[in-house]
Parts: sequence; C-alpha cells; structure tokens
Amino acid sequence: MAIINRVLIHVDDCKGCGLCIDACPVNVLDFSDGLNSMGYRPAHYIGEGCTGCGTCFYTCPEPRAITVVRNVEGLAKDHCPHCNATVKVFPGNRDESKTFCVECLKPVNK
Amino acid sequence: MKTTILQKPASFYDEFTQKGGAQLANTHYCPGCGHGILHKLIAEAVSDFGIQDKTVLISPVGCSVFAYYYFDVGNIQAAHGRAPAVATGYKRSNPESIVISYQGDGDLAAIGANEILQAANRGEQMTVFFVNNAIYGMTGGQMAPTTLIGQKSTTTPRGRTMQNEGYPLRMAEIIATLEAPVYVERVMMTDPKNIARTRKAVRKALKIQMEKKGFSFVEVLSGCPTGLKMTPVNTKNWITDVLSKYFEPGVKKDESEDREPIITLHPDPHFEEYHELLDIRSLSDKVKGVKLSAVKEMVDEIKIAGFGGQGVLSLGYALANIAMGHNYKVSWLPSYGPEMRGGTANCSVKISDKRISSPMIDNPTVLVAMNKPSLQKFVDDVQPGGVILYDSGLIDEAPKRNDVTVIGIPATAEADKLGSTKAANMVMLGAYAKIRGYLSNDYVKQALPLIIKNKSFHKLNEDAFKRGMELVKNS
Ligand SMILES: Cc1ncc(C[n+]2csc(CCOP(=O)(O)OP(=O)(O)O)c2C)c(N)n1
Ligand code: SF4
Ligand code: SF4
Repeated sequence: MAIINRVLIHVDDCKGCGLCIDACPVNVLDFSDGLNSMGYRPAHYIGEGCTGCGTCFYTCPEPRAITVVRNVEGLAKDHCPHCNATVKVFPGNRDESKTFCVECLKPVNK
Repeated sequence: MKTTILQKPASFYDEFTQKGGAQLANTHYCPGCGHGILHKLIAEAVSDFGIQDKTVLISPVGCSVFAYYYFDVGNIQAAHGRAPAVATGYKRSNPESIVISYQGDGDLAAIGANEILQAANRGEQMTVFFVNNAIYGMTGGQMAPTTLIGQKSTTTPRGRTMQNEGYPLRMAEIIATLEAPVYVERVMMTDPKNIARTRKAVRKALKIQMEKKGFSFVEVLSGCPTGLKMTPVNTKNWITDVLSKYFEPGVKKDESEDREPIITLHPDPHFEEYHELLDIRSLSDKVKGVKLSAVKEMVDEIKIAGFGGQGVLSLGYALANIAMGHNYKVSWLPSYGPEMRGGTANCSVKISDKRISSPMIDNPTVLVAMNKPSLQKFVDDVQPGGVILYDSGLIDEAPKRNDVTVIGIPATAEADKLGSTKAANMVMLGAYAKIRGYLSNDYVKQALPLIIKNKSFHKLNEDAFKRGMELVKNS
C-alpha cells in the first residue's frame, strides 16, 4: 500500500505569502479560493501527492501554519468533537497527551 | 514506515499570549518575513538539543523586538544594538546558559556595530544570528548599512551611492578577520536547499556554544517583502539573484574542530581580591562594634539639590552608603545635567527595606534644598506629609507649603562657624538623621571618614553632623 503523507494547513494562521506554494517540489500546494479570518488567501493542499519532504514546513514563516505528517496510516484514531466524526489524530509536542484532529487541527481531548 | 510529524517546535509557546489580540497562534511579522523562518529553525534546534531550560534569547530593537512573545526560553530585550553587551553580561554570570544574540542589520551593523565587534573580538561564548534583510524593516524601509549600491529606500530615494553613503558592510567577512571567533558563516533563506543550509548553520553555531568553544556568528540573508516592496516570492528571488551576489554565502571562518573548550569559572575566584585592590569593600566590613536596630518598613525618597560645589552629590552618596550599611536597599542617582553650570545640581536617593526598581524620584518624601533656585524648582514636587529641609541662612523666604513639615537649617552659616562652608552638606545629613531617627550615630561617626576620605575633613564632618542634629532639636 502506498504511503500516505499529509500536509495540514492551519487556515487561520496562514498569511498567504505563497512561499510554501513556490517551494513545494511536487506542486501539491495552491492558494485557496476563499479568504481566512485575517483576510489572507491561505494556502491549501490539493489533496494528493505530498511526499512528506517537509520543504513547505521549513519555508513557512509562521510557527503553526503548516504541519506535515509522514505516513498518516500510522496515526491513532479518536472522536473529534469539532468534526463530530472518528478521525486520525496526532500528538502535540509540548504535551504528548494532547492530540489534534488531522482534519480540522483543533485539539481533540479537553 | 514510522509515522513522523513536523510541527511547531516545542520551544515556541502554545499560544503567544503576550502578543495579545485575537490571533494568538501566529506572529506579528508580515507575510513572507524571514524572521519567522529563522525563528522556527532556532526553536527547532533548541528543542532538539534539549537546551530550552538554559537558553536565553536576547531580542534586539527592530521587527524582532518581540521575539520573546514566541520563544519559551529565557528572554531579555536589549536596547538598540546592545544585545551583544547584554549577552556578555548574562553569559559571564551564568556560564552554563546558552545565550543567543538575535539582531537585525540596522541593530547590529549600524547603531550596534562597535558592540558586536568588541564582543566578537573578546570571543564571548555566545551565538549571534544576524538577520541581513538589506533594509530597516520596523521603521519603514530606511537604508541599512547592508543596503546595496543603487538600492532605493526611503532615505536613498534615488538609490544608495558610494559617494553619499559608502559601501554596504559585509559583516560576516569583517567578523571573520578577527582572531577570536570560532565559526562565521553567511547563509540565505531562499530555496529549500539554502534553507537546509541555514538550518545546519543554526545548529552548528549552537553546538559550538554547547561545547563551550567560543563565539559564533551566522549572517542570514532574509526577506523583508514590506521594506523591499516586493511579493514574498519575488523577494526570495531577489536575494538569490541580486543580494547574494554582493553578500556571498559560505563559511567565512571555521576553527570549531581545532578549538578546545573554554571553561569559565564563576564566581571569579579573584572576586574578593578585586574588592580589596579597588578598595570597594562595603562599609559593613569596616565599621566595627556597632549594634544596628532592625530594618523597618519604609520607602524614603530624598531629593538633594543645590549649587555645584555645595557637596550635594556627596551628601547623597554618603547617605546612601550609610543606609546601605544599615541593611537597607538604596539607590543614588546623581544628575549631571547642563544645570551643573550656573543652575542646580541634584541627586536622588532612595532608601527602602524592599528592592528598588527605579532610582528616579518624581515626588520626594524629603527635599534638601541648599539654595533658592533648587527650592523653587522642587518645592511643589514634595509629597504631602513630606519634609523640606532648606538652608535658611541662604534662602531668605521660607517655602510656602502647609501640607509638609518645613524646617529651616542655616547649614552653610553653621558649617562656616565650625571651620568651612564645605561641611554644610554634613549639617544637613545630621538634620536628616535626627528627623528620621533610624541611623545609628556611632555608625555614622565611623562611616563618614571611610566615605569622605580627605583627612582634613574628618573632624569637621563629625562636628557638622552633630550640629545638624542639634539644630533640629532646637528648631
Ligand atoms: C536608540 C534607538 N535609535 C533608533 C531607534 C529606531 N529604530 C527602531 S528599529 C530600527 C531599525 C531596525 O532595523 P533592523 O535592525 O534592520 O531590523 P528589522 O526591523 O529590519 O528586522 C531603528 C533605527 C530606536 N528604537 N532606538
Ligand atoms: S508559507 Fe506559511 S504563511 Fe505562507 S502561504 Fe504557506 S502556509 Fe501560508
Ligand atoms: S517589515 Fe520586513 S522585517 Fe519587519 S516584519 Fe515586515 S517583512 Fe519582516
């Protein structure tokens, strides 16, 4: 089975600078159609093809705008209260007991 | 395959609460600003190396003035260009810490150019990250020392010229000519390959400090889309195509393999000797056999003012030292303004049982006025319930305040009778001591000759102090 990697973009932390879109070696990032709450046009993942290289993560000036998960299949599942669905979740790095929803990036546990 | 996650480094706060406002997870930087990229690389290295608890980041003046919003490490924000001096002080007194001086090109190469040269030349054990974005970002795009010839800025609207502004300064090359620095490299945050090089340089520079090998300096060519008036992507391309042609990336110096660790001893084993040599032992080491009463709760803010030459500053200095000898916290702030000539000289003395955060005094609890202009200048500032001591021999008009205690002491005339008008200040000191009542006379007697060392004044000062006390009794 092909390894599935994902680039997660925190829409409201993105300032739409476009550096990640320019840097992505496989061109899987693009600008969104809509605007975010700051009025910027955020980047978004076209949905497939991410190699998990991390280039966009290191190009992005914002601390939390981009998260890259290599091999999403390896993540645990949990119920996300925001999406109201069972989803893949990833652990934070300041407090491992805090996990975040891969779909909406919000904290899953209270 | 293992699952790995690249996410916000743990050395950043969860939320940037000090920033305030609604957006607590993103920075105050403009879209595409290089500061954010470098912050991320530094935060990642600090977390990966496990040095978060001992890292102190000195943020500069410039757009990165608020770096402390983001880094969950020790933070100090320094005056413009002074980060290397602050870093020096912190590192020398905490040799086990990891100290980062983070500076922009206006900060480091203009106002702070001498500061960085001296710190580099002393080989201070610190890591310097120098953000060269070829412009002053924060203040709105003025010319920086790194602005290129021909480059337009708000202060070089036709472009920088050699004749008018000189050549752009290549700081990495300049630092690399010095003997002491261990590692100097210039990198650029442009394409993925060069960002990876930047990441490597950041880590190497921190490692060198962790190994106690000395001073390292990383110059980072960085985008300021706002100051350069270009899109972020065009800024990045401009760095590659133009800026990096003048500021060539590369290792300018690397002796990291050859250097031995430098172990700094703290505290300095010769510390006590210096005190002896400079004769700056505290009074309490020298004054013998005096039993002091317990420190009482108080904040006394004393403003002492008069003509230059009336001993105003030495009165404050003596008082502060004596109070310190009585185990109070003190500050002494002389004012050497233009008023030294002709007008008034003054000093501020704070005495408290608690630590003093600022030596400034706006509203004194005690005003000692040695002449008329000084009295007029400060009379209205005295706190209600405070005390005004004025030289009633020189000032013909008593201060008109009925909410304070006003005491006239003919200090100059009395000192003259005792032998010299120069001791007028000690008459005032005696008067103060009498009013406040917390200073030991025996202590003052022993301390005064230690503070005002000129032998011909020893007896005179002692007499003058006593006279001051009596004058309060009699008034
Ligand atoms: C003593 C002093 N002088 C001048 C200023 C005004 N000032 C604020 S930031 C700045 C220049 C900052 O430029 P740079 O170091 O390149 O940082 P950037 O904003 O580009 O990151 C100046 C001159 C100040 N704050 N303090
Ligand atoms: S680099 Fe970061 S801030 Fe810029 S567009 Fe991409 S995600 Fe947004
Ligand atoms: S003005 Fe320039 S250096 Fe300052 S935050 Fe904006 S892009 Fe960054």
